[in-house]
Amino acid sequence: MTPNTSIFAPLLFISLALFVMGCWKRFGLIALGRPENRFDNAGKRLGEMFLYAFGQKRVISKPFGFNHFIIFWSFLILTIANTEFILNGLFPHSIKLIKLPFELYLPLAFMIDIATLLALTAVIVASLRRLFAPPYPEARTLDAFFILGLIAILMLASFTLNATELAVAINNSKADSAVLSEAAGSVMPVASFISGLLPLNHLELIHFIAWWAHALALLIFICYLPNSKHMHILTAIPNCFFRRLGKPNTQNLEEFVPGATFGVDRADNYSWKDLLDSFACTECGRCQNVCPASITGKPLNPRAVIHDIKVNLLENGSSLKEGKTPAVPLIGESGEGSISEESIWSCTTCGACMEACPVFIEHMPKLIKLRRHLVESESKFPEELLNLFENMEGRSNPWGIAPSERTKWCSQLDVKPFEKGKTEYLYYVGCAGSFDSRNKHVSVAMTQLLDKAGVSWGILGKDEKCCGDSIRRLGNEYVFDRMARENVTMFIELGVKKIITQCPHCFSTLKNDYLQFGLDLEVLHHTEMLNSLIQEGKLVVDKKTEEMGIALFHDSCYLGRHNDVYDAPRTLLEAATGKAPVEMDRKGSDAFCCGAGGGRMWMEEHIGERINLTRVNEALEKNPDTICVACPYCMTMFEDGLKDIKADGVKVRDVAEVMAEALLR
Amino acid sequence: MLIVVCIKQVPDTTQVQIDPVTNTLVRDGIPFIVNPYDTHALEEALRLKDRFGCRVAAISMGPPNAEGTLKKALALGVDHAILLSDRVFGGADTLATSNVLAAAITRLHSDVDEVGLVLCGKQTIDGDTAQVGPGIASRLDYRQLTLVDKIVNIDFQTKIIRVSRKLEGRHEIVEAPLPAMLTVVRELNRPRYPKVQMRLAAADALVEVWNNSTLQLDEQQIGLKGSPTWVSKIFSPERDKGEILGDGNADPEGAASLLVEKLMAKDMLPI
Repeated sequence: MTPNTSIFAPLLFISLALFVMGCWKRFGLIALGRPENRFDNAGKRLGEMFLYAFGQKRVISKPFGFNHFIIFWSFLILTIANTEFILNGLFPHSIKLIKLPFELYLPLAFMIDIATLLALTAVIVASLRRLFAPPYPEARTLDAFFILGLIAILMLASFTLNATELAVAINNSKADSAVLSEAAGSVMPVASFISGLLPLNHLELIHFIAWWAHALALLIFICYLPNSKHMHILTAIPNCFFRRLGKPNTQNLEEFVPGATFGVDRADNYSWKDLLDSFACTECGRCQNVCPASITGKPLNPRAVIHDIKVNLLENGSSLKEGKTPAVPLIGESGEGSISEESIWSCTTCGACMEACPVFIEHMPKLIKLRRHLVESESKFPEELLNLFENMEGRSNPWGIAPSERTKWCSQLDVKPFEKGKTEYLYYVGCAGSFDSRNKHVSVAMTQLLDKAGVSWGILGKDEKCCGDSIRRLGNEYVFDRMARENVTMFIELGVKKIITQCPHCFSTLKNDYLQFGLDLEVLHHTEMLNSLIQEGKLVVDKKTEEMGIALFHDSCYLGRHNDVYDAPRTLLEAATGKAPVEMDRKGSDAFCCGAGGGRMWMEEHIGERINLTRVNEALEKNPDTICVACPYCMTMFEDGLKDIKADGVKVRDVAEVMAEALLR
Repeated sequence: MLIVVCIKQVPDTTQVQIDPVTNTLVRDGIPFIVNPYDTHALEEALRLKDRFGCRVAAISMGPPNAEGTLKKALALGVDHAILLSDRVFGGADTLATSNVLAAAITRLHSDVDEVGLVLCGKQTIDGDTAQVGPGIASRLDYRQLTLVDKIVNIDFQTKIIRVSRKLEGRHEIVEAPLPAMLTVVRELNRPRYPKVQMRLAAADALVEVWNNSTLQLDEQQIGLKGSPTWVSKIFSPERDKGEILGDGNADPEGAASLLVEKLMAKDMLPI
């Protein structure tokens, strides 16, 4: 019953060496990334890490997540047993858990026995799932079954091993530990059950086979780990620690000095955290199952993007280290390890992938860094964007309309300019609210509501400039940087402190992106503003509106997912109509994008189904009379979609319009 | 071989209004842009540079703040940017302007390299005369090919250029020996978008300024003194009301096809 140290020790040494070499190689590759500070706020980071990595909060939120939770915690418990196993293999009889005090050993033995059973059950469930209902078809990889099989072997061997040891001890009257073993047997129900089944005359042989099966499975696991997607066992926990605190709703600043590189076209232009992300991904596929581009048949697959970054890094590792030109292009059509331009431009920046990722991989900023390279260093982008870029730069609005026409929407209204020191709120109308004929109605409704509530507000009029949202998400950071700085300077000069926007894109950009330029504003989306006016009693709904019929609400990505504003629009709709709005199946943080974010508003959609039609059809399943939105882009996408399928009977209304209907008519 | 592109800084005319009292352009606070037709001339020169490796010079006559226009040309990739700026150049009509530009091209010809091609936009959006390009060709005795929408072939060995001219309702293919002056239309190409690295370099680059002590022109031929044209009045034309054709409510498809028909008849839809 003695493990053969002279064979085990060298094998262990080789496996550990391979493990260390694998880790060294991959962590060395991560270190090629650019610096990024993710060490601030360590206390909060630790807390988040415990909640999301050890507590598996996001993992368990989806079906089969609990299965992973069981594997994770069983593994943590079994680390104790495996450590004992390895030490015992090196120093036979010297280190045994059974030598621990009784009170400590018995519960430990019980936990190990149960954890082994749970892990075995969980890997069987996982294998069956992968066979019969995989999260996505390509998930049936040899790699996945190999690791599941290996874990199953480990568990079975571990049971057999414990069972033979129990059987030997109990049947050996001379053994000092017979009493102890009997007690151990009583707390290890599975192992003792198996021990009852074992043929007593072959115990030595069975033990020998089980010991080596366990040893080899464990050693293979150790070598294999850092060289496969299962490296996430090592990287997912730190990835949760280093996650972006707060929502990943902005992109990093760039420094515009001659000689700098802009955006990313090779893996080592990414930050180390971007590269760590690629090794933390275990390809669960949750991101691709919520991605509007993937779902509607676009070439973009967020899981594949992360995978390609990892493959690219592994393929090009040595040439990157030597400063040579990498052989596999990061942006290209050549297959694994390369990300196609089509997929880079397909992203709507809706953030669903990042919301779904259990380990907080940040897909969207990585795609935008690739866009930056294409736009800023290569001037290569879909041709419809040329006009947009020039319009934004020349006239600070997407349509290239003369800035002097920014106030046309309110030429018949009594709208006052924002006055320094006098006006409390700046109503930042935004390009859509100023120029888009449909959205001008929303602006008019807002002015009436603000006046009714007696709010001190004003507009910038002809001096208002575009916030730059689309430009930034499209990767034209150079132009965005200039637009943002101009706006920030203007806001500071005018003493603007509080802003109301009706566009979630203006809202998020002014609130989050401009913070990077040192401007900390109190930015309210109009639904938040109207909601607080209701709460404060400044707006009172005496008469509910019947006009809307069955009202359904669609969440805007930049309001909901990117900024956690879910309740304000719903509360308003309930106040105005007397009923909570009807919800779609994908709602709140799971809401499906309208298709216009990330600059997609200004681009053609040539491939696959149209995203807006997918969402419109989803809405129509609930038979609404009115689809309520809180974003000008969503408004356009829904109205266009409804026209496309000739569902003209269904209206689209902004929440402010619904409020105006209830309060002013 | 040197290609010279003449570009002009113009007010963004979509934002210009005419003062009804004084009948003059209200230019206060109106941003300047590069004359849109000139951006196509610039693009064509840069494409020839990319293909044949020739050098490109951009020249512009204007006040000192026209430097911005030339910096844009530098950001797009021109090799030389020269601003022709002097008080004595001011108040010039198309004749006096072409005198200054022609003199600058002659100087580039002797200082930098043999000039093979001069490219201009077909006209500017502020003056709309379409005279400066042909004026330059006359002063320099270059062949002039106006309204070019395609360079069919250019051979720097035999010094022959063949272009397509976009005329009303037809195209004309013509051939001419170099050096030649081309004025170009929008259909010629799609201008490129500047790369950031080039923009940063252009921001730091110095735009060469030539004044009349560089060009040594007779003051009777330049500026206000050299301009026989004078503007008596500027006014917004009265717009006659158009007629309403078709009925979009009763027959939307019929109205749409009527619109397409009318637009095609006026050559306003690409076919």
